Amino acid sequence: MIKIIVVLVGLAIIAFIAWWFFGKHEVEEGTADLSADQQSIDVEVLGGYSPETVVLKQGVPAKINFTRKDPSSCLDRVVFPDFGINQELPKDETKSVKIDTSKSGEFEWACGMDMFHGKLIIK
Amino acid sequence: MKITTRFWISLVLSVPMLIEMLLMPLTGWMLPGGQWTMLVLTTIVMALSAGPFLQSAWASFKKHHSNMDTLVAVGTATAYLYSIYAMATGKQVFFESAAFVITFVLLGQVLEERMRNNASNAIEKLVDLQAKDAEVKRNGQFVKLPVDQLVLGDEVRVKPGQKVAVDGEILSGSSNIDESMVTGESMPVKKQVGDQVIGATINGNGTFTFKVKKIGDDTMLAQIVELVKKAQNSHAPIQKLTDKVSDIFVPVVLMIAIATFLIWYAVVGVNVANALIFAVSVVVIACPCALGLATPTALMVGTGRGAKMGILIKNGEVLETVNDIQTVVFDKTGTITVGEPKVTDIVGADKQVLKVAAALEESSEHPLATAIMTVAKEQKLAFEHATDFQAIEGQGVAATVAGQQAFVGNEKLRHNYEMSAKLQAEMTRLQDEAKTVVLVGLNQKVIGLIAIQDAPKSTSKEAMAALKSRGLKTVMLTGDNQRVAQAIANEVGIDQVIADVLPQDKAEQIKQLQAQGKVAFVGDGINDAPALSTADVGIAMGSGTDIAIDSGGIVLVKNDLRDVDRALALSKKTFGRIKLNLFWAFIYNVLGIPVAAGVFYGLGLTLSPEIAGLAMAFSSLSVVTSSVLLNQAKLSSKVTMDEA
Repeated sequence: MIKIIVVLVGLAIIAFIAWWFFGKHEVEEGTADLSADQQSIDVEVLGGYSPETVVLKQGVPAKINFTRKDPSSCLDRVVFPDFGINQELPKDETKSVKIDTSKSGEFEWACGMDMFHGKLIIK
Repeated sequence: MKITTRFWISLVLSVPMLIEMLLMPLTGWMLPGGQWTMLVLTTIVMALSAGPFLQSAWASFKKHHSNMDTLVAVGTATAYLYSIYAMATGKQVFFESAAFVITFVLLGQVLEERMRNNASNAIEKLVDLQAKDAEVKRNGQFVKLPVDQLVLGDEVRVKPGQKVAVDGEILSGSSNIDESMVTGESMPVKKQVGDQVIGATINGNGTFTFKVKKIGDDTMLAQIVELVKKAQNSHAPIQKLTDKVSDIFVPVVLMIAIATFLIWYAVVGVNVANALIFAVSVVVIACPCALGLATPTALMVGTGRGAKMGILIKNGEVLETVNDIQTVVFDKTGTITVGEPKVTDIVGADKQVLKVAAALEESSEHPLATAIMTVAKEQKLAFEHATDFQAIEGQGVAATVAGQQAFVGNEKLRHNYEMSAKLQAEMTRLQDEAKTVVLVGLNQKVIGLIAIQDAPKSTSKEAMAALKSRGLKTVMLTGDNQRVAQAIANEVGIDQVIADVLPQDKAEQIKQLQAQGKVAFVGDGINDAPALSTADVGIAMGSGTDIAIDSGGIVLVKNDLRDVDRALALSKKTFGRIKLNLFWAFIYNVLGIPVAAGVFYGLGLTLSPEIAGLAMAFSSLSVVTSSVLLNQAKLSSKVTMDEA
């Protein structure tokens, strides 16, 4: 009897791992706070980016403030290839990245090793 | 805590356990305190050195991501927690596996971090070139102001030796301007009223004023900075094989480990502890530390060997890309050629021609004059001093030498001087070789010719031949005119010439060539920086400007073009070794997993967690050894290999 329970629990864990890592999941999306002539949004860097998708309004000067709390050296840089930005992120410091919002569209950003990704939507 | 500190902590605390592991089978020596000492040592390692792995693994787990840290964290945490359970129930412990895994993984990261820190600071150096202030006319007076206060239409005065602040057009005066830092052209350029001047270039000996036409982000320098920035970052580091693998590998390993436990426990029917040992062995042997070491160690050895040969390789991506290169593009001035005009031919009575020329050019600062004076000095020629100097703009110099009329200059200055048909023919021949020819006249007669050219380096030809034998296409990219460029190309054996290219268009030309395959660019000037960054592999000459050196992925310290071929050979070898390492490291893991899971139990082949840990240590060791052997590996290159 106990064996059956253990097997069921084990299979449940396997199923959970498969669902957790391989399934489709909602990504956290954030819209920048808009004031009269600028917009800004805070992004926390911990095991990835939160929010992972940032929405900016076109034509308003924008700043994205990254704070790295993750100790992994994987995440110690943030790269926006389309904007020529490669910003170092020292741990527990907030670093601002200025984004040119003159063009609308969807852009990717990534960590220095291109393992973790984020999306930037300008509309 | 820094990675290096974490590494040293775990290394120092692991060593006693390693000694015990090696000595126990032979001498029976045990750590004082036995399992309790191991528990304490490993607990410190887990808390300080492994802590960040656990933290990072948990953080990415919450976001549905997994990476190397996940496997390291799960593997070591399982080994550690199980050992505590085993200690409490009097079973065999394997604390050391957890500590060793952490030490090896951190070693890999320390090496990797060292490589990554060689990041370039080309952009900062470019920005430093910008002039800090300028003399601007305000209210009818020239006042010194910081450059950022200039506005369009301002009138700026530039004195001899000063930097031109921004881009503009000359209003009054004239001068020779050294534009080499922007255009790469070694000879100063004559500028007069109406000509365009470029910010950050250096004024020669004249004073002039110019009207400001471009400021801030619109200047040529700012645009070069922008180009370099974009090019550098669009080369987002290539996703590493190990990272790609880990996204799928890690969850799969975890599932296999659980399945292993279930099969042993429920199907075969062994007790919980034994089933758990199989599962833990799977996670431990799957720990990818050999995979982590495979790349950084080979890079360290490969780049170290390169450094000894005068070839600096800045990062791992370069090595990978070099393998796919199909075209090598060269800048002309200073890369294929020496970069300084030199006297190549003297026609007529050598000594006398040179004596007259030297007498006239003695006090001139024209680059052609410098070339002539260099030869005169080499030959220790004694010459008379000329009087009644007359420098004729764009033509040459006329003077009196020992009471006789003389001149050195081009055709226009010949006037009624006699010139033999033989000299005429010689002049045409030399001009066809794309050489600049000056006439030397004395006493109403042209007595000889001096041909001057920026000659190719003596090693350029051999370098091109070596690249061709590799099946690569060679291209020359230059701002010079087609005829001069083609003559040099024919001499050294280059396949294609792209001439008359403006400095700012070099990167664009590279992009067009990239349509046909990966491109390496070899250059030395600031004007080459965008092209160096745009090309798949930028190779900078060590004699070049700092900015070029920073923009390149490979730097050739010795300025020898043959090093391009050597660098390619070394890169290929190193990258090949990385692939070999990854293959072996991966095989260890892939073959190790079924063994650890107990698939071959029936054949008597099993892996306990500590043997799994040991196997893993051996796989790391074999990878490191294979990297070290790279130092002895033979490089295949047509050019001779001389290693210092």
